Amino acid sequence: MTISNRQNLDTADRFTDNIEQRERVGKIFEKLFLLGLLTGLFVLALLLFDVLRVGLARFLTLGFITETPSRFPEVGGIAPALIGSMLLGIIVILTAVPIGVGTAIYLEEYAPKTWWTSLIEVNISNLAGVPSIVYGLLGLSVFNYFLGFGPTLISGALTLALLSLPVIIVTSREAIRAVPDSLRHAAFGLGVTKWNTIRHHVIPYAVPGILTGVIISVSRAIGDAASLIVVGAVSFLTFNPGLFNRFMALPIQIYSYITRPEPGFANAAAATIIVLLLLILALNGTAIYIRQRFSH
Amino acid sequence: MTQQDRAVFTLEGVKVYYSQLLALQEVYLKIPKNQIIAFIGPSGCGKSTLLRCFNRMNDLIPGARVEGKLVYHDRNIYDSKINSVKLRKQIGMVFQRPNPFPKSIYGNIAYAPVANGYKGNIDELVESSLRRAAIWDEVKDKLKAKGTALSGGQQQRLCIARAIAMKPDVLLMDKPCSALDPISTRQIEELCLELKEHYTIIMVTHNMQQASRVSDWTGFFNTETDEHGKRRGRLVEFSPTEEIFKVPRTQEAEAYINGRFG
Repeated sequence: MTISNRQNLDTADRFTDNIEQRERVGKIFEKLFLLGLLTGLFVLALLLFDVLRVGLARFLTLGFITETPSRFPEVGGIAPALIGSMLLGIIVILTAVPIGVGTAIYLEEYAPKTWWTSLIEVNISNLAGVPSIVYGLLGLSVFNYFLGFGPTLISGALTLALLSLPVIIVTSREAIRAVPDSLRHAAFGLGVTKWNTIRHHVIPYAVPGILTGVIISVSRAIGDAASLIVVGAVSFLTFNPGLFNRFMALPIQIYSYITRPEPGFANAAAATIIVLLLLILALNGTAIYIRQRFSH
Repeated sequence: MTQQDRAVFTLEGVKVYYSQLLALQEVYLKIPKNQIIAFIGPSGCGKSTLLRCFNRMNDLIPGARVEGKLVYHDRNIYDSKINSVKLRKQIGMVFQRPNPFPKSIYGNIAYAPVANGYKGNIDELVESSLRRAAIWDEVKDKLKAKGTALSGGQQQRLCIARAIAMKPDVLLMDKPCSALDPISTRQIEELCLELKEHYTIIMVTHNMQQASRVSDWTGFFNTETDEHGKRRGRLVEFSPTEEIFKVPRTQEAEAYINGRFG
């Protein structure tokens, strides 16, 4: 015992632990990360402040969200663009979410893990990084010309759905992969079928993660202008769009306002941005509500 | 040997491969009815691998392959005509880590019977299952509470109750107490002794005292190295527990049981 004790004493001297210095380094990193957070918050606050300063008065004008546009910046509204964006969002959710989540479930739960499933995985991840204008060109040739929809809302919506798919698939896969295997084994061990296990255990557990991906990608789609310009969204419409009509969308409206020379249009553009932000906020609120219901 | 005659499972040369690698050498074995059977042996000896053969849970492991015949009620369960979902309904399983569903305590028990179209009274089934698993008194006032909020020992008994609710014939337990404290372990062991009246229990354990306390039969597994240096498991001895712990027939079992292993 005495020998081993002495050995312990010997070795204790051999550490140059520098604990104070190492803790100081930790503190520095903590401050750096805080700085990162504050930078983001500052930019966001600046953006909101600027948009509100320029656009709030116009946003509160009577009829701004209920009337059709006008040649004069102070009158008229953005109803066709707002309704267009809402329809686009709804169609994107109705098409991209089932297809994307279905793809993710198949890849995670059914597909054998071979080199070609890895290849598909890499390709889908890459598609998430493709610029939206490229999706616009794809939509133009497939929906406008090949399927003959022309420059209508449905073409735009399906193009945005394609744009959303990769992110929905990738995040849904992550969410499904994060479901512990012990849960699947518990269900299988009780004589529960594979589909029931997926339906009753895997999907509910993955819903919060899936929703996060859906929100990120649908928000991106609703805010996207480039692909819609290619597909043929217009910047002036005096009627509210239907599925197979010419259509407007909020980002297009914003773009069209800021390209006009008269100063009043800058206020109208900022006011439209407020509407777009509120729309995305509403979408997020819904997602948070559903997420809370499914939280485990 | 009358118990041997009332065998639930008869294994005839069961071999398990993971990919091309032989993980478990041919096992010949009869599992007697309404007894507790313990599988003991060092890590990597194939005891859990064999346990997962009894309800075809090995099917879920990519690359796993089972050869030989594993006869349950006169039928080879590795016959292609056997439906593994039906099989697992009759052969319940309790896992090493308690894995309750993130649902209410009630929902944990009721889920599988409802999914399988149970016709009886679900409330009664939930109560009787929880009673049999000796956890009813602790949870009867909070059946709506989440199963995952219980303590580890309670969760494991909930998992046993969940398995019992399917009215299985056999219960497989994969190191059911390894994540539990001694008091919870004792509770699970007592529970097993009560349950063997109705069920055949096959249990893998690292705890030799546990094997000697609860089991009627003990299978000792060991690892061996083949000519290419690959390790694989082998069933060395299967004897009544009293015999294997007092007068083991093989030297290997004797060495392991007396702690002279390795």
